[in-house]
Amino acid sequence: MNVISLDSILGVGELKSQPAPAASGCTTSSCGSSDGPSDMAPEVWEKVKNHPCYSEEAHHYYARMHVAVAPACNIQCNYCNRKYDCANESRPGVVSEKLTAEQAVRKVLAVAAEIPQLSVVGIAGPGDSLAAGAKQTIETFEQLSRLAPDIKLCLSTNGLALPDYVDRIKDLNIDHVTITINMVDPEVGQHIYPWIFYDHKRWTGFEASKILHERQMLGLEMLRDAGILAKINSVMIPGINDEHLMDVNREVKARGAFLHNIMPLISDAAHGTHFGLTGQRGPTAQELKALQDKCEGDMKLMRHCRQCRADAVGLLGEDRGEEFTAEKVMQMDIDIDGGGFTKRETYREHVEAERAQRHQSKAAAIAEVAHIAGEKPILIAVATKGGERINEHFGHAKEFQIYEVDSRGAKFVGHRRVDLYCEGGSGDEDGLETIIQAINDCVAVLVAKIGGCPSKSLEAAGIEPVDRFAFEYIEESALAYYAAYTERLGTGAVREKIGADAVIRQGAYTARRA
Amino acid sequence: MAYKIKASDCTVCGACEAECPNEAISFKKGTYVIDASKCTECQGSFDAPQCAAVCPADCCVPA
Repeated sequence: MNVISLDSILGVGELKSQPAPAASGCTTSSCGSSDGPSDMAPEVWEKVKNHPCYSEEAHHYYARMHVAVAPACNIQCNYCNRKYDCANESRPGVVSEKLTAEQAVRKVLAVAAEIPQLSVVGIAGPGDSLAAGAKQTIETFEQLSRLAPDIKLCLSTNGLALPDYVDRIKDLNIDHVTITINMVDPEVGQHIYPWIFYDHKRWTGFEASKILHERQMLGLEMLRDAGILAKINSVMIPGINDEHLMDVNREVKARGAFLHNIMPLISDAAHGTHFGLTGQRGPTAQELKALQDKCEGDMKLMRHCRQCRADAVGLLGEDRGEEFTAEKVMQMDIDIDGGGFTKRETYREHVEAERAQRHQSKAAAIAEVAHIAGEKPILIAVATKGGERINEHFGHAKEFQIYEVDSRGAKFVGHRRVDLYCEGGSGDEDGLETIIQAINDCVAVLVAKIGGCPSKSLEAAGIEPVDRFAFEYIEESALAYYAAYTERLGTGAVREKIGADAVIRQGAYTARRA
Repeated sequence: MAYKIKASDCTVCGACEAECPNEAISFKKGTYVIDASKCTECQGSFDAPQCAAVCPADCCVPA
């Protein structure tokens, strides 16, 4: 019999053995992590706990894939241009190849056999999954629900056609839908949408946005009534809908959306979008965070979105799409009976056990810092390649994860894409400059390892490089760092960092496996 | 009296094929084409040619 080693199943970087569970157990009222079940209704948590896009915790452990079967769209957005494709560019709407339903099903089965972390298959375009009669989307899901029933299905839509398909979505057992909603006021909408195609007509201006808005709200309410979870995506466009997104947040929350994902506008003239060509800027990291903070009340804000390509494959933050092109998939020997099901099941059991331990150990770490309540929160950057550990070399990091830390815990607030600092082993000064810009609002950067030169430059910029928590868990280490930091602040050994902002790199680069 | 698709601008998204009331649009050799003998420019069916109204690349034009 074939025995699968856990390491091979895990595949999320160099994981050390489990640390002993913390002796004190759950001593705080917030038992469980801030990202875990404590801030969600149990029935919701049960649905999303293994969904990397819906649960911040799950994104450390589970992988998703998008199958690009839906190229047609029924609206035009000023931030979208689906003509453009570059292999190194990772943005919604970008794909390398469009698939037929048949090809998509084959690709899913091939990936599912190879990547046991796979828990979700989504259709996110590159156009709208429900445009052109939703034909390809429905056909793909029908086959998948039969052939790989353990894998969850989800889709993204602009909402225009959504009310017509809620019943079908329910029949197909799709229990997550993402709607992109950028406005609840057509006055605002007309600056975002030049036209829509609805009821056999092209509509423009205020009227177009009014119809879109009404259809989006109706679709959202119908999803709620059908018991299907809805996540809302919004694109933050400074000067157009930035303040307005607080109204959007309120309206979608009132209609039962359970998660709001506010993403920065991606606009580069080279992408050929209307906003790119007219010089509309995207938000800075602090502007984005400030808006997310304002919207975060009883509703969860999503902060770990990578704005993936519509054909991304693998864990968030990595893209293995190139290993599974239609041509390669056609040549693979695929087990049509849900290949790899046992491996996926073993992996899920392992993750369940690990998570239980993680919730305990985080609670214990929070109890340790309870005595410094009232101190200001700090931001720290972390170099990680997964598994919730500080396990990446500073020079190899393609992105840094940002945590906001205070005595209530270490909360994930975002990720910052950077260019590789260490290409071929030697430092690159310009690369370092862009990293400092990307994490300039952070007090420290936690890494597995770092060289002498970048350390000096970071220190000069007021960012402390820290390698003493190498290979430890992120949140516990962040809290330990915070405790030491506030103590040093008290003795005057360090000074408080104020007024720094950071630059968001255009496009969500996702690492490709070497 | 027929429409055509400017192949150079077509993104091959297929939106037009789904909307055509006459099934005049099909996928051929890497792009979509309109069968002129079936195209009515949607007269009698809709106010405007459906392919042109839905095309994100504005590439459906009078032949």
